[in-house]
Amino acid sequence: MSATAARPEELDDATRPNYLNVSHTIKSWLLTQDHKRIAVLYLVSISFFFLLGGLAASMIRLELTSPRGVMLESETYNKMFSAHGIIMVFLFLVPSIPATFGNFALPMMIGAKDLAFPRLNLLSWYLYMIGGGLILAALLMGGVDTGWTFYTPYSSMYSSGHVVLAIVGVFIAGFSSIFTGLNFIATVHKMRAPGMTWFRMPLFVWAMYATSVIIVLGTPVVAITLALVAVEATMGVGIFSPALGGDPVLFQHMFWFYSHPAVYIMILPSMGVMSELIACFSRKRIFGYHFVAFSSLAIAGLGFIVWGHHMFTSGQSTFQSLVFSLISFVVAVPSAVKTFNWMATIYKGNVDLRSPMIFALGFLGLFVVGGLTGLYLASLATDVHLQATYFVVAHFHYIMVGGAMMGFLGALHYWWPKMTGKMYSDNWAKIGAALVFVGFNLTFFPQFILGYLGMPRRYHYYDFAPQWQAYNIMSSAGASVLALGYILPAFYLLHSLKYGKPAGRNPWGAVGLEWQTESPPDTHNFHEIPIVTHEAYDYAAVDEIEHAQAQEVMKKEAHMGSDE
Amino acid sequence: MFNFPLRPEAASTFAGQHDLLFGILTVLTIVFSVPVMILAIIFAVRFRAGNKVDRSRPSHENLKLELTWTIIPLLLALAVFGYSAKLFVDLRKPPKDAMEIFVIGKQWMWHIQHPNGVRENNELHVPVGVPVKLTMISQDVIHAFYIPEFRTQYMVVPDKYTQLWFQATKEGEYMILCNQYCGTQHSEMVGKVIVQRPDEFQKWLADGGRSMRPKDRTMVESGEDLYKLYNCANCHGDVDTPRGPSLYGLFGKRQQMTDGTTVLADDEYLRESLLKAEKKLVAGYIATMPNYEQELSEEQALQLIAYMKTLGVQKPAAPAAPAAATTPQEGNR
Ligand code: HEM
Ligand SMILES: [Cu+2]
Repeated sequence: MSATAARPEELDDATRPNYLNVSHTIKSWLLTQDHKRIAVLYLVSISFFFLLGGLAASMIRLELTSPRGVMLESETYNKMFSAHGIIMVFLFLVPSIPATFGNFALPMMIGAKDLAFPRLNLLSWYLYMIGGGLILAALLMGGVDTGWTFYTPYSSMYSSGHVVLAIVGVFIAGFSSIFTGLNFIATVHKMRAPGMTWFRMPLFVWAMYATSVIIVLGTPVVAITLALVAVEATMGVGIFSPALGGDPVLFQHMFWFYSHPAVYIMILPSMGVMSELIACFSRKRIFGYHFVAFSSLAIAGLGFIVWGHHMFTSGQSTFQSLVFSLISFVVAVPSAVKTFNWMATIYKGNVDLRSPMIFALGFLGLFVVGGLTGLYLASLATDVHLQATYFVVAHFHYIMVGGAMMGFLGALHYWWPKMTGKMYSDNWAKIGAALVFVGFNLTFFPQFILGYLGMPRRYHYYDFAPQWQAYNIMSSAGASVLALGYILPAFYLLHSLKYGKPAGRNPWGAVGLEWQTESPPDTHNFHEIPIVTHEAYDYAAVDEIEHAQAQEVMKKEAHMGSDE
Repeated sequence: MFNFPLRPEAASTFAGQHDLLFGILTVLTIVFSVPVMILAIIFAVRFRAGNKVDRSRPSHENLKLELTWTIIPLLLALAVFGYSAKLFVDLRKPPKDAMEIFVIGKQWMWHIQHPNGVRENNELHVPVGVPVKLTMISQDVIHAFYIPEFRTQYMVVPDKYTQLWFQATKEGEYMILCNQYCGTQHSEMVGKVIVQRPDEFQKWLADGGRSMRPKDRTMVESGEDLYKLYNCANCHGDVDTPRGPSLYGLFGKRQQMTDGTTVLADDEYLRESLLKAEKKLVAGYIATMPNYEQELSEEQALQLIAYMKTLGVQKPAAPAAPAAATTPQEGNR
């Protein structure tokens, strides 16, 4: 049943010109307007920042193994978790799936030759790099100690670090995502192949669309907010600082107006990936396609009106808190719906347990826990105790690391053969997935208990509460396993570049348009623009036939001019 | 060497209710997550490609089913919301007879002041079984006053009074933590609540506290000293004069402002009028009152407010302005 064996007619794939090998000069990469090359640029740079954020995380975890700290001064520790948070949120989570896999796959999935604005796309990457560079510079020049949330008046009036520089970096990186979002929206509206109606679009495309809407509406707000912090810090204009006549809590409103939806910027793309993976490896149409598509939009919309649940104890009125809490409970429902729909998709499927599917199953488990623990925080009376403790840290890591990161890895393993034309070792990939899953739970589950026990986030001394130590040690041990799980893919994926078997057009026997073109695709994605006549995930046609046969059918179809 | 506690001691009236709700949520979490995980694995293995199982009539759409799994979670969510909201509303409404204590947060310390003038740092003595209301403000950045054993916290914000109330149910010592990141020594901004038998507490209070030298003046008296020192009565008499509105009977009243709005004269308003007088002007007056922002500490503002609150119930004093009575409290700031 191995789908990885090379078929004769594709053996010359290696020499066929494709987007990777059309040109080898550095310049050709740095000035490329090919969405696929830009995706590769993002993949490399985002991985680099992830590594930095991960290093900071390991320092934090090491420090916390002892109630009195292991090696860091308070000041350094604060800079460390700020670096970790800022890098992970703004330079990894927000751009990760959209900028790499959205960029790479979205145009192909709707049968387009490229994004609507290829030059803007390249500009986005440069903005990302400039923003990232400035943030890095701020960190290297002495660091920032505000946390990634930059709460005022601490950030504008008291912090000693290079806050303004970091803020400018975040601001610029923000424009990178705004442009990417605009590009996706325009592309989905204007570039769909003939026959690709809205309801024939793959759910990943729907998810990217909803995400883009959030990005375009939300990011300007955080950009302005941070700009105001910079104005206050450099020019002393009173906006947030009461000492200058400003309102300290105003910042929180403006910040969370973006940053809560931002959580969905991080998780919706991942949900989109799940729909692709689960449909493909269950060889079945997604159950309740319309529900899943609309729940993305519902989440995007509702996500904008729950920001106050980060501020239940900030002194906002009780009535405000009640409203924000209510909407937060409601927003949980579309996520639950998606989960049930994925389950129903697997049911009576023809499940192929290869590594991307393992990542998808891992995602399901972690996401469910992450989502449900969100209810403890949306619930007013429990939030009063849990807010800003390690319970929150555990919750958002379940969503962001368990959800977004699993989605990222799943996407990487799913589209890797398409991106590179090579198959990696599926067994190693499964080991990687298992390490991530086990390490993850060991790291973050104890943090729920720590939070309940009252350990505040952003603490590194806890000698007054030695009963927290055991859980901290568990968590740190888990982090080492998790780190191993993250590093492993770097090895077998890079190994596959040289030694991997050729992937062929469609190693998974998937039905999306991106699988009808060669791997790696040539510069224009398709030789002829495909004409779409079926809904997405039309596995029904192939349901009764054996897996191998299905692949033959699709391969032939693809060769016949991609007019499926 | 290690122990694995699962929850902190429950030492306030709210703690038990919190833990019950926490338990309900945990049961719901388990009910919704464990079956999902188990079923995901069962489905994935049972319907593995190649397994001969019944795959006939796979469905792709089933409105009834989808409505079911939309509506049931929605109803459960609303039920939990309702219960939780009720607890929260109670938690935000201090009982009328609550004992009031004042908290001032600053990098990186908690100052406490009791109405009788006793102050403490990083310690808060309270009686068991008595509702206690904290009125809190920060001198610099945002902090949060958090007592895990009481399952409650609230942000301590500059320029704004926030409130927190609790009723301790057990004698003992519990943690006070700062739970809003506030800079370098955030992790060391910790203290303890000391819950005592009411008689012990009264004795402690009467002795002027253990940790700080007794102040023989209550907050109201200190406020009165300040009132005299700054000659407030020059402008604020027992009746409104062209120089300033009277403060007698002001607390709790609605005041008409120049811009037509009315404002409830609560602690927040009194503080603002004191520190930034020109921000809200009482109808009929112009901004002649100085802003005392630079001169008065948050603690002194609290003392003045405490004194002003008594003006409604006290007999108007003669509008005398005795020569500088006392120097402003040196205070252990
Ligand atoms: C080995 C993996 C990781 C470990 C052990 C880890 C650990 C931690 C710890 C201990 C904190 C500090 C909590 C605090 O004191 O406030 C933290 C914060 C955070 N982490 Fe991670 N983390 C890991 C991976 C990630 C990843 C992959 C992401 C994003 C994809 C992420 C995003 C964040 C964010 C946004 C914060 C908040 C920072 C802040 O409080 O300012 N973490 N993490
Ligand atoms: Cu603090």
